[in-house]
Amino acid sequence: MLGILASIIDGVLVGLVYGLAAMGLTLIWGVMDVINLTHGVMIVAGMFALFLLTTTLGLNPYVALIPTLIGGFLVGVLLYWIAIHRMVGRPPLMSLLSTFSVNLVLIGVGTAVWGTALFNVDVSLPGFTMGRYTFPGAHILAAVLAAVIATALYLFLQYTRLGKSIRAVANNREAAELVGIPTTRVLAISVGLGVALAGVSGVLIATLFPFTVLSGDGYQLKGFVVTVLGGFGNPIGALMGGIALGLLEGAVTPFVPVSWTLVIEFVLFVLVLIAFPAGIFRSRRGAL
Amino acid sequence: MKRLFLLAAAAAFVATPAFAEDTITIGFTDSQTGPLNVDSLGQQRGYEFWRDQVNAAGGIKAGGKTYKVKFVSYDDQSVGGRVQQLYTRLINQDKADFLFSPYSSGLTAPAAVISEQYGKIMIDSGGAEEKPFEQGNKYLFMVITSAGHYLSGAVAALKAKDPNAKIAMVYSDDPFSKAVLAAAAQQAKAAGLQIVMNESYSPSTTDFGPIVNKIISSNADAVLGGGHYSDGATLARQMHDQKANMKWISLLVAPADDKFGELGASALGVTVPSQWELQVNYKPQFGPTTAEFAKAFRAKFNAKADYHAASGYTSGVVLQHAIEQAGSIDPEKIAATLNGMDITTFFGHIKFMTDPGHHGLQAAHEMVLAQWQMINGKLGRQVVWPQAAQSADLLYPIPAATQ
Amino acid sequence: MLPLPRRPFFWIITLAVLAFALAPLYGNDVSLRESLLLDALYITLASNLNLMLGYAGYVNFGSIVFFGLGGYICVWLVNSYKWTLVPSLAIAGVCVSGLALIFGLGILRLRGAFFALSTIGVIEAVQAFAENFTPWGGASGIYLPASIFTPLGGPARALWVIYFIMVGVMGASLYLSYAIKTSKFGLGLLAIGQNEDAAAILGVPTSRYKAMVYSVSAFLPAIAGGLYFFKSAFIQPSDAFDLSLSTEALVVGMLGGQGTVTGVAIGAFLYEELRGYLLTSSTFANFQLVVSGALLLLIVLFFPGGLMGFIYSRFPRTQKVLE
Repeated sequence: MLGILASIIDGVLVGLVYGLAAMGLTLIWGVMDVINLTHGVMIVAGMFALFLLTTTLGLNPYVALIPTLIGGFLVGVLLYWIAIHRMVGRPPLMSLLSTFSVNLVLIGVGTAVWGTALFNVDVSLPGFTMGRYTFPGAHILAAVLAAVIATALYLFLQYTRLGKSIRAVANNREAAELVGIPTTRVLAISVGLGVALAGVSGVLIATLFPFTVLSGDGYQLKGFVVTVLGGFGNPIGALMGGIALGLLEGAVTPFVPVSWTLVIEFVLFVLVLIAFPAGIFRSRRGAL
Repeated sequence: MKRLFLLAAAAAFVATPAFAEDTITIGFTDSQTGPLNVDSLGQQRGYEFWRDQVNAAGGIKAGGKTYKVKFVSYDDQSVGGRVQQLYTRLINQDKADFLFSPYSSGLTAPAAVISEQYGKIMIDSGGAEEKPFEQGNKYLFMVITSAGHYLSGAVAALKAKDPNAKIAMVYSDDPFSKAVLAAAAQQAKAAGLQIVMNESYSPSTTDFGPIVNKIISSNADAVLGGGHYSDGATLARQMHDQKANMKWISLLVAPADDKFGELGASALGVTVPSQWELQVNYKPQFGPTTAEFAKAFRAKFNAKADYHAASGYTSGVVLQHAIEQAGSIDPEKIAATLNGMDITTFFGHIKFMTDPGHHGLQAAHEMVLAQWQMINGKLGRQVVWPQAAQSADLLYPIPAATQ
Repeated sequence: MLPLPRRPFFWIITLAVLAFALAPLYGNDVSLRESLLLDALYITLASNLNLMLGYAGYVNFGSIVFFGLGGYICVWLVNSYKWTLVPSLAIAGVCVSGLALIFGLGILRLRGAFFALSTIGVIEAVQAFAENFTPWGGASGIYLPASIFTPLGGPARALWVIYFIMVGVMGASLYLSYAIKTSKFGLGLLAIGQNEDAAAILGVPTSRYKAMVYSVSAFLPAIAGGLYFFKSAFIQPSDAFDLSLSTEALVVGMLGGQGTVTGVAIGAFLYEELRGYLLTSSTFANFQLVVSGALLLLIVLFFPGGLMGFIYSRFPRTQKVLE
């Protein structure tokens, strides 16, 4: 019994991190109908940022979040201008392919430089023990930070001027343009924000698990599942979706051979897509 | 002008044979990129180390001629699909005379299909799974101990220390690990040990948290399993972080790499079945002793030799010996020589099975069990089983994590 | 409308197929045969993907799932039930088409990006399933003994037979693409690709057509898969459902010009030759992805019509002949 509870708690903790990992993806998707297939590699960039900042500069892993946030933002804006700007308004397929090709290039460069060796950042914090089960402190802190960041994002979108502009553009780009909102700038900022979120989630994930240049793919896939569950464009929905996914993994594992978890996840993903194309935690399109 | 040119050409034509070298071309792929690159590097270095030694000594002497050894190799990127294309290329375009295996069972199996289709001899030092050898081959030869025997020593040692131990088998869903653990399950049952958990995980798993919880819930005392480097290292680390406090841990491949020591406290007490360790002391009939090999290897690569390097080197030694004994480079004659071979090198006793259902499987070489222990304040691997080959006593149980 | 054999393009395809079949025979060139086999495979995969992508406008990221499933069914029949090659291939093709029809009924309700994502979900689910399914060997896969080549006359001869069948499959794919394009069915698909809702209003039976094309686009890749894995005498989930192969088929389709028969074929051929070069060149081995990615980006940004789009715009008269 305790074992099942432990798995569930574990699931929720890791689910919050999945939610954060999906947030950048769902933001960009919601604002401009662009599926950013570089999302996975941006998460990896965040992981490497943590590794480099902690080993060369000796920074505290959690302090590394700040430069990653800023760097990610800048990279995102750059990505917008290179691959996305010309695709806005065209069928989503084109932006899918353009971001996909940037992804190929970045992964190719990454493997050329770092190979596929395993990198590890050791983060040890006192954990919380419940009977025979221990929840490592790093997991708890990562989950807490994920929730904090998600809330901050939500507040930003709801109550700040820039946030409201983003939501306006997401809702109806032409109308926003008419009202005087500099849409191109807002779009660029949104992508910047999306990539910054990806980077930051990469930092947090790297404090928990080892990673390689190719690790991003798995989290990107989970990001899709979370987005589909939580509704695109909705940060709180992403968090809920993440928790749902984490709970699914945690609840299923004690009963089913671990290797079936992926099958169940993807079948569920396809089924949810078919049944609820706008996500389970539906929000009105554009309400963000 | 034209006359002069023709004269020069004629002179070159006449002069060339004097400088011509007989060469033997050996082809193989290695995983320079992809998840297997850490382990593949050792094997590749073993191959190269042998080639450089042989060429420095003048080459391989057979049938009155001396052959220099030339390698042609490509990066298979740890992907099975590329392996077949590359080996086909090695045979047809690069005209390889002999082949060495890639690293890992998953890649050796497809390579073996190609080598058999074209009738080329392949020496396997990287793939331990038995299945490829049960398809009726004629030119495949394995120098390492096969998968079925990997954990037999661990099971025996565990039984000796704790006949009531409860075992959790948690391993990677790949051909090699599955074969090893399937055999280990049978050996454990035969030894009367109880198996309380038997599950495989996807090789791309990064979060072992739920699995570790399951191990804890199963009340196991011992964990057998793992796969290759990344998952083994992560599993060890997470078991330690979550204070699973297993009394016995045996993981495949990962702990045999020196990099594993970087895990610090998570590595302490972890055992690994190894094809060869620095402390092993077979008396070689020819070639270097363990100490000589280790020293020369360290001097050349500035790295400690591991069992992948030793097995790679041994591939070369075995092929060379067969060519020299057969006195020719004809594949049929060499295959016949290999079938009758019974030698001991620093790596161990080498002899191949010859019945058609198991042709090429290694019949004589034995595994040792190594364990990470703290000696004089430093973490290092010691051979703990079989007792005849021991360099230190087996540490059991693994000290529980404090705090 | 002219019957097919009267059109020049039909004969262009026939010539290409003959060239493939005869070239390696001259001089018994085994390495040429091996490289042309891969070219034929890529052309098959890309042409069939094109039916969904170029005609109907649906991006199928998981097109490789047909290839992998076809491979598994064929290898399984040969291994467990001792069937010979050709019947196994036929059954593999039919089964996978049938499965595609069933999958399709579910996921073809989705549009655009959602459909694309669901195809990723399908391929991941199928791969994870294959890794757990014991009759198919789970993660270890299935090994075929050397005896499978005996009914074909031994390994050396079998490799030639396999090659010719693959060339046949490639030819069938090209003829099929062309035949569909010049038919009413093809017109309907192209209409769907332009604007699905408008097409529906105009009376095109969109759901039926989509399901049909999805199923048809599965048949030949499944057979190609059966051939490929039979030849490899070994199949495992990670090789059978390699997402990067799907990706490459996609890149190739875009490279050559989606929706065109010639473009896709030339694109596949060029890409595979490039890939073969990158595979063994030590400087570029790691750069394969960078090169494919950069190429794709350039095409998507600046030449969405691909190679054929470029050729059509420069030499407009070719559009009448080269489909």
